[in-house]
Amino acid sequence: MTGEELEPILRLEGLTLRYGALTAVDHVDLSIREGARHALIGPNGAGKSSLFSVVAGAVRATEGRVILGGKDISSLNESGRARVGLVRTFQHSSLFLGVSVLDNVRLAVERAHGRPKRPWPMPRTDRVITEKAMSHLGAVGLVDRCNALCGALSHGERRQLEVAMVLACDPRLVLFDEPTAGMSAAETQRFSELVESLPAEITTVVVEHDLDVVFRLADRVSVLAAGRLIADGSPDEVRADAAVKEAYLGKPRSAEPLFGGIS
Amino acid sequence: MMRSKAQPRPSAADRTGASASTGGGRRHLPRPVLVSRVALGLALLVLAALPLFLAPYPIGLAGRILAFALLVVSVDLLTGVTGMPTLGQVAYFGTGAYAAGLVGIHMDSSAVLQLLVGSAAAALLALLTGAVAVRTSGIVFLMVTLAIGELVHRFADSFAPVGASNGLAGIPPISILPGGEPLELAGFIYWWVLAVFLLGMAVATLVVKSPLGRSMRGVRDGEKRLHALGQQTYPVKLAAYTIAGGLAGAAGTAWVAQTRFFSPGDLGFDVAAFALLSVVLGGAGTLWGPVIGAFVVILVRDWLSAYVDGRGALMLGVLFVVAVYTLPRGIAGARWRKPLRRPRRTSP
Amino acid sequence: MLSWLDANALSMLNGVALAAVLFLIAVGLSLVFGTMDVLNLAHGAVSLTGAYIGVAFLERDTTIPLFVTAVLAAAAFGMVAGVVLAAMTSSVGDHLRQALLTLGVALIAGDVLREIFGADVESVSAPASLAGAVSVFGRPYPLYRLVIIGISAAIAVVLYIVLERTRVGALVRATVADRAMVEAIGVRTNLVLGGVFGAGAALAAIGGLLAAPILGAQPGLDDTVLLLALVVVVVGGLGSLRGALVGALLVGQVQTLGVALASEYASFLLFAAMAIVLLTRPRGLLPAKTGAHG
Repeated sequence: MTGEELEPILRLEGLTLRYGALTAVDHVDLSIREGARHALIGPNGAGKSSLFSVVAGAVRATEGRVILGGKDISSLNESGRARVGLVRTFQHSSLFLGVSVLDNVRLAVERAHGRPKRPWPMPRTDRVITEKAMSHLGAVGLVDRCNALCGALSHGERRQLEVAMVLACDPRLVLFDEPTAGMSAAETQRFSELVESLPAEITTVVVEHDLDVVFRLADRVSVLAAGRLIADGSPDEVRADAAVKEAYLGKPRSAEPLFGGIS
Repeated sequence: MMRSKAQPRPSAADRTGASASTGGGRRHLPRPVLVSRVALGLALLVLAALPLFLAPYPIGLAGRILAFALLVVSVDLLTGVTGMPTLGQVAYFGTGAYAAGLVGIHMDSSAVLQLLVGSAAAALLALLTGAVAVRTSGIVFLMVTLAIGELVHRFADSFAPVGASNGLAGIPPISILPGGEPLELAGFIYWWVLAVFLLGMAVATLVVKSPLGRSMRGVRDGEKRLHALGQQTYPVKLAAYTIAGGLAGAAGTAWVAQTRFFSPGDLGFDVAAFALLSVVLGGAGTLWGPVIGAFVVILVRDWLSAYVDGRGALMLGVLFVVAVYTLPRGIAGARWRKPLRRPRRTSP
Repeated sequence: MLSWLDANALSMLNGVALAAVLFLIAVGLSLVFGTMDVLNLAHGAVSLTGAYIGVAFLERDTTIPLFVTAVLAAAAFGMVAGVVLAAMTSSVGDHLRQALLTLGVALIAGDVLREIFGADVESVSAPASLAGAVSVFGRPYPLYRLVIIGISAAIAVVLYIVLERTRVGALVRATVADRAMVEAIGVRTNLVLGGVFGAGAALAAIGGLLAAPILGAQPGLDDTVLLLALVVVVVGGLGSLRGALVGALLVGQVQTLGVALASEYASFLLFAAMAIVLLTRPRGLLPAKTGAHG
């Protein structure tokens, strides 16, 4: 669990987000090594979503820096961060519902490998793009749905598609925002397998409510409470941590299905 | 090769942009390609043959319908494909028309030259105004484009070199090439208008099939998501706006080639509204649906009304009301498509 | 400055009178959009019908009671028209289709009005006792315009009190802010929406009637009125009473001062002003406080 001697893929330094008097994220320092399967947990209102937004670039931090692979990306917006390899998913799948599954992925592939603003078709180039997109669909098991309209997909399938689109962006680090929220048990199972099967060089950070998923997927867990990082370590360490137990795990153990299932 | 035999191929209909917003939940149900090609061929044949069996007045009407249809297609590129409903395309339609008319009066009667100058002028104006307009979205964009349309309308209404409120008259009949014989016969002029229309449709079709077209649909279905994928959406929207402006300009040149007269009334609010509503009537997002919408609107307003004592407005009104309730997805979505739940655009 | 004010004071007063009418017409459009997300393109037609009700009632020698009767008739008509439009649009989901529907209604109404009243400009006389002039800034000024300003101001105050101080008003504001939430707490928003639509259309009809002695009534006026009201609403901010007021005052001044000072450019000024406002403050000058429309 060390790896700190290498330059971490993602480093947060004193990251703070304030809305007026409210401090949503409070001086968070965190390093994530390349290839990590990292999870970020915390009780409701702990500031997980705020931290996620700041790291993803949807919201500008009040203070502190976000460093990806040694490069300060604090001043980049969401789209700029995606271009340097920090790609996010959305809590409520936000796909392009009015176009086909294939086109969803092609949009992502084109941004990463093509010229997304070329206003005329070029059959040969476009075929290469299509093949790349199909291979990403293959990776998530949606090949036979490639011609379906995205709006016709089931919830679980949409999450799979979301992963294919993220892969198509050539990410170095993927931020998953509560990926299994609203999924059935079977869908959650399939999704976990999917995340586990991601190439090892892609670092993943999962913000998640469902602790079963967290302890299954993560090799390292950070716990957030009241905007602060209160624990950071292997799943077992975190499970054993007294502060975490108090803030989170201890009391609502019996109520766990609540935030595991519905959220 | 990903496309081994075991794997389904991306369908042909999928690869055309036209299917983008139509289609229901059923898989593998592209409109049979053969049928649509035959239908397209027949439609082209009929369009090309019209001058052989129509009198000059109906031929002129057909020409105006084609020019208006191209304007409507340009509105659809923004409204249906990119998700930016606009009332401003009349500004570029008028720019193209006036530019073509001025070229005709002061320089040369070549229709090719007029087409080039008119579309370029319109595209340039669209680039300049769009640079500001596409920073907005939704209802604000609609209102900004309304302002652009009305500004150009009112400018034309008071600008003497284009005839101000009297309109630009005395445009000589077009010839095809510089210094060529003027086309006097209605049929020849119609064929030129048809050529411009087909050229414009070809450009629009290429654009919707291109990566840019895909990005445009991405803007429509989830601008935020596209942004999160790393795509800058502003250039996409501006490119779409400029291309649509150029197409509207081309439509304007075709219109004056047909009418040899253009007045501020031809780019008023009502024209803008009819163009936008032709898109809705025909089925936003497809290209051929709005063409049919345009056809129906002009036919009802200008032709059918002559038979019912100038009741064009009344009939259009009834048509709109009936269409809203009977064709929830427009003419293009009339039969074989299940209604598709589209993400509601939140208003600003 | 003083001499400028002196020279243009009456134009500015005219601007206020125009603003008074525009406010009445635009506030309904604004609230209907705010509560229902419906862009009601038939709003101008409702207003024009109000003007034609004036034509029908007020031919000459208008007395105050007759005038009041006409106002009530216009209000009643507007109310009914608004409720009908609310019912018609409620089943249609998307903005553009609602626009298509209401434009269809507007076209039909325009044609019916033309059929009944003809294509010529119809003039309407103000009540005889209000037809005179009073001295304003040492110059004669039509009394009737001052009366319009007064009526409109009174209606604005009543609207303000209803919206800000009563339960019904709180419900309307809540519906503007977050319709789904209001539905979730068990309020039948359809009634709220129908009421707002009806009241808005009634105000538009009254506005059209009040303006008739100045603007007359003629086919095509509905488009003009609709455009001006749209500008007012967009400039002021959708769904907000104060926004409609500020927008109306601004548009009134731009229209009248523009004509007085730079008549050549007057027609640009309005839309240029709108474009500038939209580009600097995309939600208008005084937008409604909302969650959903934010």
